[in-house]
Amino acid sequence: MSPKIRTYFDLPESDSTLPDQIAAQDRRVAARLEDVGAVVAIMSGKGGVGKSLVTASLAASLARSGKRVGLIDADLNGPSATGLLGIPPRSLVESGEGIEPAVTPGGVRVMSMALLLEPDTGLAWRDSADAGFVWRGAQERGALREFISDVCWGELDVLLVDLPPGSQRVAELHGLVPNLAGSLAVTIPSGASRDAVARSLDLARARDLPVRGLVENLAGARCDACDRVSPLYDGEAGRELADQFDVPLLAQIPFDRTLARAGDAGALEPWLESGGSVQDQIRALAETVSGWTPAGPEEA
Amino acid sequence: MKFLCVECDRQMTFEEREVPGDGTLAAVFRCPKCERSMAMLTNPMETQLVSSLGVKVGGETVPGTSFEGIRTGVSSGRDEAFVEAATPIQGPVRWTVDAVERLSHVPSFVRGMVKKIYNEYAKEHGIGEITPAIMDRARSDLGLEDM
Repeated sequence: MSPKIRTYFDLPESDSTLPDQIAAQDRRVAARLEDVGAVVAIMSGKGGVGKSLVTASLAASLARSGKRVGLIDADLNGPSATGLLGIPPRSLVESGEGIEPAVTPGGVRVMSMALLLEPDTGLAWRDSADAGFVWRGAQERGALREFISDVCWGELDVLLVDLPPGSQRVAELHGLVPNLAGSLAVTIPSGASRDAVARSLDLARARDLPVRGLVENLAGARCDACDRVSPLYDGEAGRELADQFDVPLLAQIPFDRTLARAGDAGALEPWLESGGSVQDQIRALAETVSGWTPAGPEEA
Repeated sequence: MKFLCVECDRQMTFEEREVPGDGTLAAVFRCPKCERSMAMLTNPMETQLVSSLGVKVGGETVPGTSFEGIRTGVSSGRDEAFVEAATPIQGPVRWTVDAVERLSHVPSFVRGMVKKIYNEYAKEHGIGEITPAIMDRARSDLGLEDM
């Protein structure tokens, strides 16, 4: 009979183990975020609620108020931040320190998969084997990690992360950035949106993710001529979710044709310069978010 | 994952990794006492699974590069997505004209990353000038057959 074989845990660890390499990845993320005041996630349980438009407007407004702002477009399969902020395809400068982000005229530092792909080309992964779906989630998590750790973000007051629809990515982001300053959930007034966002908020709460506020987008339609807002949906998802989860409803942004046009034209920054009730709401939202810190909200 | 030489009751140490380019991987481990070596062979699915985590069997042989997972994983990357900074990525390693010409055939989406890998290899081996022959040697030593 052969002698008893030692077990995995009987043998000493070496610095080449996979857990060690993953820990080293986490350390690179932490090191890159040392000069970042607050990381804020923008999430939604549902697609098509205007989350990216809210995020890009928020980033532009924060920059306009003098904050140093970064924006990670974590919607790898449907990136839109560069289009909304008017950033054309360009080569990203690579140095020994990492990859320089694109910068808008207003100073928002942006990283997006759209900068790495040909226009109108979808994200495709190189699969050397069938069943790529098995590890697709790991690859996308890895891309999000590299968007944080490998980009020369520099000193930032706020780094916004525009997450794709669904709840999985916010949990992954929280795994990468345990001291997330907060997350902002975006909904539209409809009952379907309320149900989808409620599921995300429930999951977020179960995982101790700090949901700090709600935004209800498309909360009516604003008339260009008289500034009056008329309803678009029957529901009141924003208020209902705020009550259900005891989270403040920070803004109710109506459909505004000038905002929609500015987003389509990549001209959100100039749009913010013009006055208006919607711009005022976004400015107020930016002021609130700029007070979020990992330790807790600053007293307003 | 660890390997134990049962005869010697010693933990085997990682020696080299080979990536033949068919999606598989071979990692060689050796017993420090009896010097018997063994190769761990992974199929394309197992190789991809490890790769998707951004880690390497046996550990990193050269320092990681920016967006390594994205650049090696994404097949629809834009050719001019990256441009090297005016200041060279790495220090005083020289490149011969032939080596630069050969590097120019690497898709630009991964070129900066590949250049950094060769520079790191040259530094680690005390090589002052990168030639096509050095590139061949590095590819073989580092298991970069698909680069």
